[in-house]
Formats: sequence, C-alpha cells, structure tokens
Amino acid sequence: MNFEFNVDGGDFTNAGSSSSTVKKLMKQLGVSPEIVKRTVVALYEAEVNIVAHANKGTIFVELEEDRIHIRLVDSGQGIPDIEQAMQKGFSTASVLVREMGFGAGMGLPNIKANSDHLEITSEIGKGTTVDIINYF
Amino acid sequence: MIMKSFHHALKFKYDVCIGCSHCTGVCPTGAIHIEGGHPVLNPDRCIDCGMCYKACPASAIYIEQDDFSTIYSFKYPVILLPSMFSAQFPEKINHRAIISALYYLGFKYIHEVEESAGIIKEYMINKMADDTVERPVISTFCPAVVRLIQVKYPSLLSNLLHVKPPVDLTALYIMEHLTKNGIKREDIGIFYVSPCAAKIAAIKSPAEGDESPVNGIINMNYLFNKVYRIIKQRECELLGEETDFKPLSKDSLSWSITGGEVNLIKEGRNLAIDEIHNVDEFLEKIENEEIKNVNFLELRACDESCLGGILCAANRFIAVERQKKRAEIEEQEGVADIADDIEEYKQFLVQRIETGEILPRSMDKLDNDISIAMKKMKRAMAVHDGLPKVDCRICGYKSCKMFSEAVASGEADLKQCVFVRIDFERSGDLSTEESLEIMKKVWGEKKMGISDGESVSL
Repeated sequence: MNFEFNVDGGDFTNAGSSSSTVKKLMKQLGVSPEIVKRTVVALYEAEVNIVAHANKGTIFVELEEDRIHIRLVDSGQGIPDIEQAMQKGFSTASVLVREMGFGAGMGLPNIKANSDHLEITSEIGKGTTVDIINYF
Repeated sequence: MIMKSFHHALKFKYDVCIGCSHCTGVCPTGAIHIEGGHPVLNPDRCIDCGMCYKACPASAIYIEQDDFSTIYSFKYPVILLPSMFSAQFPEKINHRAIISALYYLGFKYIHEVEESAGIIKEYMINKMADDTVERPVISTFCPAVVRLIQVKYPSLLSNLLHVKPPVDLTALYIMEHLTKNGIKREDIGIFYVSPCAAKIAAIKSPAEGDESPVNGIINMNYLFNKVYRIIKQRECELLGEETDFKPLSKDSLSWSITGGEVNLIKEGRNLAIDEIHNVDEFLEKIENEEIKNVNFLELRACDESCLGGILCAANRFIAVERQKKRAEIEEQEGVADIADDIEEYKQFLVQRIETGEILPRSMDKLDNDISIAMKKMKRAMAVHDGLPKVDCRICGYKSCKMFSEAVASGEADLKQCVFVRIDFERSGDLSTEESLEIMKKVWGEKKMGISDGESVSL
C-alpha cells in the first residue's frame, strides 16, 4: 500500500502529521508497538529535517506485509558531508530553528538508531533523499 | 501475551435510553456504536472514562455498584473514603457530622484512602531519583489513563510507574492491621467509595497477578445522598466534639487534585494534564517523540482530576477549593506525610507497593493476520474515499472513518450511510422499504415512523 505526504519547508507547527497517520496505519496492521515506535520516531525526525532545511519535500510510504519503506525526497540545499552529518551533535541549524527546540544535532543519528536500514543520498543545491526501511 | 477483555463498570439501561447516540460521539476510543436503536459497547475499546455517562441526556447509563446491604454481611464493615468525600458537602456540614452518620449506617471502622499516600510519595521520589528508569515516567494513578495507554499507546507501557494507588495500599494496611489485632479476615469487609467508573473497573480487574483487598464498592454519589439525608433529618446522634478523620498531610490531601503528584517531583520537566482528550492528544506527541525531555507525567482522565469524577456530588471547582483549604489547614498544623500508626506497617506495604505487569490490549488491529489486516485496510480506505466525511453518525458509528472500518470488517453494511443509500435509491437499486429496514436496523423500530408519514402542522 502506498501513501504520499507533502511537507512544507519552515512549517514547524505541522511537522508530525505524517508520523501520526503512519503510526495509526501500522497499529491497524498489528505491527508490534516497539517497531511502530521506532518507525514513527525515525519518520518524525526525518520529516522535521525537511521542514528545517528544505523548501519542500514529499514523503512516500510503502507498507508491505513484512516491512515499511519510507522515502523522503526534498528539494533542499543538500548535505555536503553525510558522514559528518551522521555524527551525534553535529548541527547546522540556525538560531531560529534552535530556539524552536530543533537542531540539537541528534536528527540523523536518531534516525539511524531507529531504522533497520538507512540510506541517504544527496546532491548539493538539488536536494536529499532519505530511505528508511524497518522490518516487522 | 495480550489480556482478555476488561471488566467494565459502565452499563446501559436500554429501557431508559432514547437512542440519541451522544455517547457514541463523545467516546474517546470509539467504543460505542448504535444498533437496534441502542448503544453497543466494544469491551476491548472501552476504558471506563465515563465521558458517555456525562453526555447522556436521558441518564440511561449507570455505574454498577455492590448492594449496600452487603456491608451487613460482615462483622466488621470498614469504609474506605477518598478524602474528597467530605469536600462534597457544604462547609456547614463538618467532619463530625459525616463521621457520625457513617457509624450510624453501620460501619465499624472509617478510613480515608490517602492514609498510605505518604508511603507512595517516598517510593515515587526514590524511583524518580533513579536515572535508569525510562523517561517520561507516567503515573498509574488514574486507571482510565492506564487503560487508554493499554489500548492505544502500548509502546508507552514501559514508561508506566508500576505503583499501586493509595486505595489498594490503604486497604492492605487495614486488612493487615485488623487481622494482627485478632479479627478474622473473613469478618472484615472493606468497602471503597468510588468517585468514578474507572476506579471500580480497576478494582474488579486489577493488573496481572494482583488481587484487590477491597470487598465491595459504593458509588460516591449514592453514599453522599444517604449521608446527607441522615444529617439533614437529624436521624443520628452526633458523636463527641473531637470526632474527626485522622490528620492527613497537605501532599496526601492534594493527591487527587490536578498537580497533586507533579508537585512532589522537584527536578526536571514534570507535567500534569487532565481531561481524557487532552491526555490523548499529549500521549500521541509523546509516542512520536515530538515532545521530548519530559521527566514525569501526571495524567488524569477527568477535568479537575478525581474531583471531576462522574460520581462526585459537588461542583468540581467548588470541591477543589474546599479540598485545598483543608490541605492548607493541615499544612499549618504540620501534619506528617506518614502517620505513626501506618509507619509501623511501612515495610509490609513497601514490599507490596508495585503493581503486576500491565499488558497491551491493542484495539486498533484490524486482524491478527497481517495480510488479512492489510486487505481490510485497503477496503476500509476505499470505502472511506466514497463517504461524505461529515461524521453525522446516522450509520450508527462515531465517524465516517470508524464506519469504513466496520464495513471493511463485515460488521456494517455500506448502505447504512444515508448518502450512499440515497444514491442507491436514485439508481433504483434500493426501494424505500428496503431503505427503511436498514434505518430500523440501526435506529430501532420506535424511531422510524415517528411522524407516521404525515407532515407535522406548525
């Protein structure tokens, strides 16, 4: 089953709506609470990344009987050094973003910790694609 | 492992019910739908929060209680009162009058629930000082909230602080104290006076492996009426002027008020949230980790916590004010959190303070088999796409969303939707008679044909 959510850059107040929808779907399928939680935490972090760093993005969710595949595609500035971005505490967040409680440099490490498979591809000036797969 | 159905204290009186479906609309878990003109409860979804009871315009929902006369089948009936019981009465009715009336009713011992609160407070503070305990720690004091987490947020079960509420601990204390003093266990009957349905349900079906020492339940509004009448009619003699409840500390007396637990935790970010929809909204964000760095959560199903319980007699805001006044007076007196007589039993109680395992009861699951669940989900979504999304409840369900799931599971007929039905009628696939039969199936014989086909003259 496929779902699609649009995300607007800068709209922090609505960040999290796709996580809640996906969570509800996973619960309906009877996926175990721990896996539901891991997935929504990863998804929420990734969604906030788009809100914080990109102009806009799209979340594609593919629900299968044994897995969930989430692909987040944004048209943002791209990540120059993905390895560096994966370090705990590394952050490029603006003061405004930090004031809102985001940008502590835990985003990508937290996504990694909560996904079975994580792949990030990025092109400077074009955007970033994040693939998260969790198995049930 | 998943638990069997809960025990529920909320019951419907079908002979009084007017089939208005207000209960269906307010239920936070969508546990009620209408069939044959009456509400039908899904026992796996109901959390005994009592929102339906509050919303019912016909008073057709009642809270089961034990027959009051069962107190007389015990040689030593003990009454266990939440301290807010006295806050239900106007100020001119003092503790002396209330206690006199309770003895007059036949109780041999009178205790207030919060006598053990000081012991729980110590335990909680110690637990909260332990950094290895998963945050946010969520209080288990309100049983409706515990049930909400069981059915809707099972991933947060590990955040629950497994500590018994004051009612269970005080009942254990009373039982132990009286048997130690030579009274036979079978002669002691402990009767708890409940402000809500959830407390009753929790006592009747406690956590795994736990057993409640409470023998019976009396609804608070029922006892209030009984006591008030005795006092008003001066049926009983007043006991001596010194007659009063045992002193309770400010913190103990504040336990059942919103903020009562949060105020005990000094470090970190600790929040008190009351009213079930507020709690639901907040748990959603906690589960997604949209809200982080919360240390402790006090969550209560009722607005103004237990003093807003559905079985309370007084206006909740007035009762809270009275309860706070009493707490202030006790604070000035410097009352200790743990009284000397219960201190003796502290070790005994602390050994029994933890609750058994609290198991998940996921209500959202469409099927145990994921591939069947997926099929149902696809069907539900297809059905939902074709529904009007006005949530009018004419189909008998709380929302178009819930109705689409019922259709997908084969529990409901798509033609129960009035919008869909009119389309069927227009295309000639459904006769008016058939349409009427569907309406009768949902709303009962009585509701259909109210105007007898004639227009009402204005």
